[in-house]
Amino acid sequence: MTREFWVSVVVLVGLPVAAFIAHITGETYIINLLTRMIVLGLAGIGLNFALGYGGMVSFGHAAFFGLGAYVAGIAAFHAFDDSLIVSMPFELGGTNQMLLIWLIAIFLAAVLAFLIGLISLRTSGVYFIMITLAFAQMLYYFAISWPAYGGEDGLSIYLRNEFPGVQTDKAFSFFLLCFAILLLVLLLCWRFINARFGAALQGARMNALRLSSIGIAPFPVKLTAFVISAMIVALAGALYGELNGFVSPSNLSWHMSGELIIFVILGGVGRLVGPLIGAIVFVLLETYLGGLTDRWQFFLGLILLATVLFANGGIMGLIGGRTRHD
Amino acid sequence: MTDAMEPILQINHLSKRFGAVQASDDVSLTVLPGRLHALIGPNGAGKSTLISQISGFLMPDAGQIFLKGRDVTHLSAERRVHMGLGRSFQVSNLLLEWSARRNVMLAVQARRGGSFRFFKNVWKDAELRAAAEAALQKVGLQDRADIRAMELSHGERRQLEFACALALEPAILVLDEPMAGLGPEGTAEMTAFLEELKHSIPILLVEHDMDAVFRLADEISVLVYGRIIASGPPETIRQSVAVQEAYLGSSSDAA
Repeated sequence: MTREFWVSVVVLVGLPVAAFIAHITGETYIINLLTRMIVLGLAGIGLNFALGYGGMVSFGHAAFFGLGAYVAGIAAFHAFDDSLIVSMPFELGGTNQMLLIWLIAIFLAAVLAFLIGLISLRTSGVYFIMITLAFAQMLYYFAISWPAYGGEDGLSIYLRNEFPGVQTDKAFSFFLLCFAILLLVLLLCWRFINARFGAALQGARMNALRLSSIGIAPFPVKLTAFVISAMIVALAGALYGELNGFVSPSNLSWHMSGELIIFVILGGVGRLVGPLIGAIVFVLLETYLGGLTDRWQFFLGLILLATVLFANGGIMGLIGGRTRHD
Repeated sequence: MTDAMEPILQINHLSKRFGAVQASDDVSLTVLPGRLHALIGPNGAGKSTLISQISGFLMPDAGQIFLKGRDVTHLSAERRVHMGLGRSFQVSNLLLEWSARRNVMLAVQARRGGSFRFFKNVWKDAELRAAAEAALQKVGLQDRADIRAMELSHGERRQLEFACALALEPAILVLDEPMAGLGPEGTAEMTAFLEELKHSIPILLVEHDMDAVFRLADEISVLVYGRIIASGPPETIRQSVAVQEAYLGSSSDAA
């Protein structure tokens, strides 16, 4: 086993242990903080699938994150007052079932990512960054100008949605639910990356011409990875909405896209658990440094700068060692 | 040359123009089974453009390309690879962060299919590993299988490219200056390697090293300003006045 593996184990064991201690000492605030790390980390892991493994530097993943959040928010909104989302051509009401909400969020994100990817993956480099940003900003302004769902003010989820057998309104239960999803997604990503698909995807990142010249078209491989990445990020977005009891256009803004990229770069590009570490550090800084000074992002900037300059593989690269390709 | 032999690669009246430059001007050539067809010509003659069209990275303005009798003119580069067109590049084109073995394994995977398989671990796949080892053995790189491509020497990278190309089990190889940068010893080794290889896989060879070309080729075509000015067995080409005037006479590396 590599050092990276053990670092990942320590992180993945440490989080629930910390949450459990917070649970028995009654520190709900800490549990929510840990849940926040996990949910943001999940989103980072989703982005990393496209960015780290596929080399697609998307500056528009907030589109999928916000989409997931809004699906949770809109479903809960209509379930709360028993109204209809659409009445024509068929009647569709809200739901307070998380499983259904997640399925819808993941499905819609897949469709959206397919369309965005179809267009933006024909470009690369700066153009790809700008096109993905443009699509996300389109969604952002759409949400702002849609008064039915709160417009600029966002939308509250008054009662956290339900999951069979889990008391989702209890902080520790919700933490465990999110943690289980994180483990499941990590497991899937790990399998994907080390399967034939992952080999082709990493080949496409390193040298698309090489891939073509051995007879694998890079475009469908990258598009598939882009869609999978968006599905994970949308799931994280839905959980984020539930956690905060609130969704807003800021979930769709380019700040959010930027934060996701920060998780990935800070934690380690192309490192499976890296973005989770990035999100943990980010939330710690935001909470504790942010408590001391409003200018905490200045220090985040310094850390990011140091990471980019001195730690090639992010924090995971620093403590987990170099990636091995035997 | 017997009529019964069906060409593996056949190019008919291929033309490609970039603005005022006629990069390919009514080019026709064939590569027969078991033969090595060399394409020579001064810099800027349009050799690379021709190779790009054959491999499907550039679309010709006119003309057809047939691979094993099938018209592939409008097929993608990837489809042509699957139909048996293997190639090497002038500049090494590898996955530099990966070991030699992984590079070849990806080629084997490309050949066998399944790039949309999501669960089974690819690096422990015994079938892929065995095929990769065999391809590495063929080019004499079996002892360097675990070395990352970026740490291999220039000559070894060339060998690795060949291992990848061979792993694709091609029906024909299109080689773009395989001797470039190899030095005298490497060139001699590569020449011996190709001499052996051409019997099992026909080759279209673009090369500047005239010693190698005249030793290896069964047929030579001379490309000047996008046109084939002469085509035939090496002795004919060597004696052709047109070729000497247009190319060999003016070139320092003439044989």
